[in-house]
Order: sequence, then structure tokens, then C-alpha cells
Amino acid sequence: MDRYTEQRLFGLLARASAALVLAVLALVVGVTLYRGGRVFVTDPAVALTPPGSRYMLDGGGGFFHAVLGSIYIVVPATVVASILAISTAIYLQSDYSSERTSDVINMFLNVLWGTPPIVYGVFVLTLIIAAGAQTSLIFGTVAIAIFQYPIMTRYADEALRSAPDTVREASYGLGATRFETARMTVRAALPGVIAGIIMGFARGIGDAATVLFTAGRSTQMPGGPFDSATTLPILIFEQASSFNAEVRSHAYAASFVLIVAVLGLILVSKLLAGRFARFAPGGRHS
Amino acid sequence: MGTTETRSENSSRLDRRLLLERLSSYWLVGAGLFAVALFGLIVLTLVQRSLPVVAEHSLLEMVTSANWDPAADEFGFLPAIVGTIYVTALSMAMGTPIALLAAIYIAEYAEGRTKVLISSFIDLLAAIPSVIFGLVGLIVVVPFVGDYLAPAVGAHSIGLGIVTVSLVMAIIVTPFMISLSVESLEALPDELRESSLGVGATKWETIRTVLLRAAGPGIFSAILLGFGRVFGATIVPAMLIGGQTAIPESPFDAGQTLPTLIVNDFGELMSIPLTQSALILVGLMLLVIVWLFNFGAMLVRRRLQRRWQY
Amino acid sequence: MTDDTAIRTDDLEVTYTGNRDVTALDGVSVAFDENKLTAIIGPSGCGKSTLLKSLNRLHEIQPNAEIDGEVYLGDEAIYDTDEPLPEIRRRVGYVPQTPTALPLSIYNNVAYGAKIHGDYSRAELDDLVERYLRKVNLWDEVKDRLEDPGAELSTGQIQRLCLARSLAVEPEVLLCDEVTSALDPISAEQVEETLENLKEEYTIVMVTHSMDQAKRLADDVIFLYLGELVEASDTRSFFENPQHERTREFVKGHTAVDYDDEPSEEAATDEPPVASR
Repeated sequence: MDRYTEQRLFGLLARASAALVLAVLALVVGVTLYRGGRVFVTDPAVALTPPGSRYMLDGGGGFFHAVLGSIYIVVPATVVASILAISTAIYLQSDYSSERTSDVINMFLNVLWGTPPIVYGVFVLTLIIAAGAQTSLIFGTVAIAIFQYPIMTRYADEALRSAPDTVREASYGLGATRFETARMTVRAALPGVIAGIIMGFARGIGDAATVLFTAGRSTQMPGGPFDSATTLPILIFEQASSFNAEVRSHAYAASFVLIVAVLGLILVSKLLAGRFARFAPGGRHS
Repeated sequence: MGTTETRSENSSRLDRRLLLERLSSYWLVGAGLFAVALFGLIVLTLVQRSLPVVAEHSLLEMVTSANWDPAADEFGFLPAIVGTIYVTALSMAMGTPIALLAAIYIAEYAEGRTKVLISSFIDLLAAIPSVIFGLVGLIVVVPFVGDYLAPAVGAHSIGLGIVTVSLVMAIIVTPFMISLSVESLEALPDELRESSLGVGATKWETIRTVLLRAAGPGIFSAILLGFGRVFGATIVPAMLIGGQTAIPESPFDAGQTLPTLIVNDFGELMSIPLTQSALILVGLMLLVIVWLFNFGAMLVRRRLQRRWQY
Repeated sequence: MTDDTAIRTDDLEVTYTGNRDVTALDGVSVAFDENKLTAIIGPSGCGKSTLLKSLNRLHEIQPNAEIDGEVYLGDEAIYDTDEPLPEIRRRVGYVPQTPTALPLSIYNNVAYGAKIHGDYSRAELDDLVERYLRKVNLWDEVKDRLEDPGAELSTGQIQRLCLARSLAVEPEVLLCDEVTSALDPISAEQVEETLENLKEEYTIVMVTHSMDQAKRLADDVIFLYLGELVEASDTRSFFENPQHERTREFVKGHTAVDYDDEPSEEAATDEPPVASR
């Protein structure tokens, strides 16, 4: 094969691969929206109706319990995880830790980052058994928060690292303390930090492996933090291969809700990042 | 304004600020150590809880035994290990070339709006929860494999199985590998491209011989990240692999992976002694393998960085 | 040392540790007079920035800086002291080389320091913001857009905003690190005018790489060479009658070229070696 043919061939292959990936995206989103959309056409309130008493058998009622369960589990988890993640990220900056310390901590964060979510699920379940407790909403929250923590920390650390050093200098130069300066740096890095929090939220709300046996797979409306609960991904996981078409249709509708929520969150994060970028130092001029 | 009064007011304010500084630094040190503590706690808990089964059966015996029957006190991981290797190898074999080529297109060929648009779509694809891929896999890929692909190659398949899982996992990991590879390609200085084109290399030769090497360490990390994700994937295999305990004979067979072993048996077999411990051991194995891979990746990356430095 | 000394160093020695230790300042003793503008000049990497930053201990945010000797603010030592660091840095203000708006509104950029150091009512803050924005000739340009992000101003305006921000905490000494080097000529001139006005009421220490600027603005000049103090005198005698051979060469060498057009590469080379992270 002469070198110009090779060049044309691979240019074409590269184009085709990109097209293939995009086609797959269109297929996945399309199928989800179409199948889920059809359910909503016949039963518009399915996402806001509590489940019936024999829900897993006949799909009576709706899956409001999973929508609420997702919110009750993932929102508090995101709050806890983002506070911890931002704090860790601040600690990793040179004002607080030596280079060697931050290298060591980063190594552990990398391992946590690559740990399969199912391991977190097993870990939290082990804690539940050790404590003699029951699987419940609160443990689902703990598992999701542990899962989100390394993701958010990485985003926050990257954002803080790319904040200009002169902000630190300017703040110290005015007599600000280390903590006051750290808060200013976080402000300067806010677009990245917020993008990280929203990414963590999106990952948390979409993950099933961590909550599968920690939150309790309930088929009733969530009660208190120590009652069992379920989430949208668990619902989809359990009902997608049901033999009952009515039950299966709830999985489609739940996927519709989930994909709209996740894509919406990413859109929001891009918009917010743009808004905050106005205040970023040197944002418009450099 | 009374100067002395202001000064004492300000000094009590200063005391408050310094107290906050001290308290916050304790908190931040704690948060920094949290990452280490969390990892330590996870490892310790899993090790301690998996000891009972290791005490009864040697690790080697469990890893090489094909017989998984907790009720009969048999804990053979081999079928799950074979299934995991099958799935990981197949999905990486399908996903990696496509991801690399697509990354090359985005980084080196696409321009302007097209580029921005395609990159954003790839990011979207990366954010879709895997349970949705599992669902779409049930609707689309299962009939495709069962009715078309398997008959076409002369195999028999019910649609669920290793090939199905691998196809869907390849789709899931591709966007992750693409974004990281694009990042490392774009970080390369233009001088590299110019120097290669300047001696008369074609664009493709430049990409293949210069850019892919210079971006090698980054691309290597990207592939490894994809590897880790396939390896520990739980939900998609659990939905699509069709669950059977024998060692699969062909990729069109149903099977199991290490994570699906945990999912399928955790709830039901908790009452049988040692099952819990055996499943926690599986979790520990997943963790250790990811750990080893991270470590190995670091070493390889260092070598590549030295060898392909520019 | 005379009675009107605002701040002075005593045998100051700063070393940046690393693979190879770099001594940035080697036993510098020098005094800066009250309500005067003192310019620190010298070739790249001679320790100008280090000397400036050591006056309010700002170099300490580099983890690898080691210091010996003492700095006296009036009669008080600032290193061997119980006084908390933030208070020292409030009393000796610092304006960075790169115009840097904090990620706050214009109003809050000026009020930020005041807010962290004292309790002010909203009216007092309004008053303070206006007063200091006027002091740096920025008020008329921004009075209608105080709630806009500080980062949306032009670089020249941001640099004056930085001056206002530093002045608003009522420092005793103001440190300016090549504050015009990142600016275009017109903005630089505006900042210079502002400094010209300010030096009536403030003690200002300024690092500059522009000999002309030192001539135009400074009352006193300090010449550093390779971390050592070569000469310190009033501007007139410094340029017209330098006492040391080295100074003569430096002044002569620089008047031969139009050093205002010198690229400000100094920013890159003058930085202390920092371990990469």
C-alpha cells in the first residue's frame, strides 16, 4: 500500500470511528427517549404515582418511590462528599501540605478513583452487618458519598491548582489568613469546583452498584433514614428483564427520567461554569 | 473615632480570625488524611471479613476450582475469573481501536464548531449511567446478537452472554478513553507536527510515528482507565451475561464475572456460612487487582515517558 | 538609620533550598524612609523581588524559603515577634506584579481587606470604597458599575484597583512589585501618576526594572547585585554621582539602550526556584 493510500485510508477510518461513536450515542439516547416517552404518553403521572401493593408483580401504580429515594439518597450524599472533597483538595495545595504529603495522598485518591463501585457497596454492606443494622436509606447515602468523594476531589484539586497563584499572593498581601486565602482561591476556581460537584452528582444519581445492597431495594415510599429505600438505577436494574410488560415499561420510563436528569445536570453545569467564569481572575483579558 | 477602642475591637477580631485559622487547619488536615483513612478502613474491613473463607480453603484452591456451590461448601472462582477475562479482553479489543481512531479524528482532523460539538457529545456519552446502557442492551443488542450475529458466525446464542456484555461495555468505555486521549494529543506542541511534516512526512505518518508516541503515556493511561472500568463493571454484566456457573466454552455462551458473582449471590445465600466471607473476598480481589494495575501503570508510564520523550 | 525610617532590614539573608540552594539575599541591611518612594533596581535575579517580599514575609508562601536576619517595622521586629502574620501583612501592604482582580465585584475587591480586618457598617464601607477608588483615580471610571466583576476591567484599571485594595487596609508601608511591567504604556503612565500622588502620604517601596521609571518616581534608589546591597542613596546622587564602580557600569549600560522597551522577561527569571508540583 503506498503511503498516500494509507494516509487516505486511515483518515477515513478515523472519521468513521468518530461517526460510529456518535451514532451509538444517538441510538442510546433515542431508544431511551422513545421507549420511555411512549410510556409517558399513556401514563403521564407514572413518575409521580406511589407504587401499588403488588408492585413488583403487576407494576400497579408508579415509581415515585424511586424518584424520591434517588433524591433523598443522592442529595445529602453530594453535600457531604463535596464538603469533604473541597476540604481535601484545599489540603492538597502547597499552603497546607508538603509536596511529598500531597503525592502520597494523591496516590491513595487515584486508587480510590479506580476502585469499582461494587467494592464500595460490599464495604458498606460489611459495615452494616458488623453494626447489626439493616440496609436503609442512610447507608445508601454513605455508599454514594464514598463513591463520589474521589471523583469530586480530583475535579476540585485540578480546579484549585489552575487558579492563578497571584490570587494567593494578593490575598496574603492584604493580610488575609491562610484559611481566608484558601476561601478566595476556591472562589477563583469556582467554575471548575462546581463542574466537579455536578459531575459527582450525576455519577452518584446514575450508579446502581453502590446502592444495590446498601439502600434496601424497597418497593414502598421512602420513610425515615433508617427505613429501606430504592433509587431509579436499582429500579431499572430490577425491572428491565421482568416478564411482565407493565413492570418492564416502568424501567423504560425511569430511564427516561434518569437520562433527562443527567443530561440536564451537565447542561446546567456548563451554563453555571460560564456564569461564574465572569468573576474568574483574568477571565476576559487573558 | 476613638483609636484605642478601635484597636482593641480589632484585636479581638484578629483573635477570632486566628482561632478560625487554627480550627480550620485541623479540619483540613483531617480531610486530607480522610482519603488515606478511607482506603485503609476499606482494605482492613475486607481483609478481616474474608479471612474465615481463606482459613478453610486455600486461595489457590478457590482460584483454580471451577465448582461454585456454596451450599456444598464449594467456592470455585475460576468460572467468574474466566468470564471476567473474556469480557475485559473482548471489550478492550473492540473499544480501543475505535476510541483511538475517534480521538485522532477529534484532535487532529476536526476543526472549529464540529470539534466542539463532537467533544461535547462524547462528554454526554460518558455521563450516561451504565444501567441505561444495560437497558438499551436488552432492547437492542440482545436480539441483535441472538438473531443475527450468532447465526451469522454459526454459533448458538440466546442473546444474553459474554459477547453481548462485551459489545455494550466497549460502548461504555469508549468515550472515557477518547476524552483522555484527545487531551494528551492536544497537549502536544505544534512544533512536533511541524517538524515531522517539515521533513515530508504525510499527516498520517506524523500521527502514527510522532504524535502517538509523544502522547503515548497519556494514551496508555486512557486505555488503562478503560480497562479498570470494564474490569469492575457490575450492572451491565449482571443484566446481560445470563448467569451460569459453568466455565463458558464459547464467547456466545452465558457466563459470569467476579462482580456479577457478588450481585447474584449476596442477598440470597447470606445464610449459608462462609458465602458472605467468600463474596467479600471477591470484592477484595477486585480492589487488589485495580491497585496492582495502578501501580504497574505508573511504572510503565515512567518508562514510556523516558523512551518517547521529546 | 534616621528617625524617619519606616522600615529597615538588618543583615537579611534569604536562601531557597532545593536540589541546589540559591542564596537570593546575602546579608542586606537597608532602611526605607517614611513617606518616600524607594525604588529597588538591579539586574535580573539579583533578589529584588525577594527583598520586597521579605518586608512583609510574603516569600514564606514559597515552602522552600529560609530566612536569617531581621526586618524592623518602626522599632518592632516582624520575624522574631508574637504579632500574628496577617496583622504584619496588613501593616505592610503588597501589590503583585500581575494585575490580579480577586474573584469578587469591583466594590468587594476594594472592601475585601477592610472586611476581614474590621467591622464596618455598609455606609462606612461605601465611604471607604469611594475614598480609595478616588485616591487611585479610578472612581470616575467605575462608579456606575461597582457590582461588576473586578476581572472585567482593563489590565491598567485592575492594577489601580489592586492599589486601592491594598490602601484600603490602611497599611504603614506599601510594597509594589514591578506594578507597571505587565501594562501597556498608557496604562503604565496612569499607574505612575497614581503612585506619584500616593507617595506624599505613604511609604512606598517599589521594584522596577526600568531605570527611567526610577528616575521619574523615586526619592531614593537601592541597587542590588547578586543578592548584595551595592548602593543606596537619593535618586539624584545615585544617577549623577554613583559611588561604586558597579553602579556606574549599570547606570551607564542602561542609559545606552532604551530600557523601557526591555521585555519583562524578568518575571520569568527572577522567580525563585520552586519545586514543580
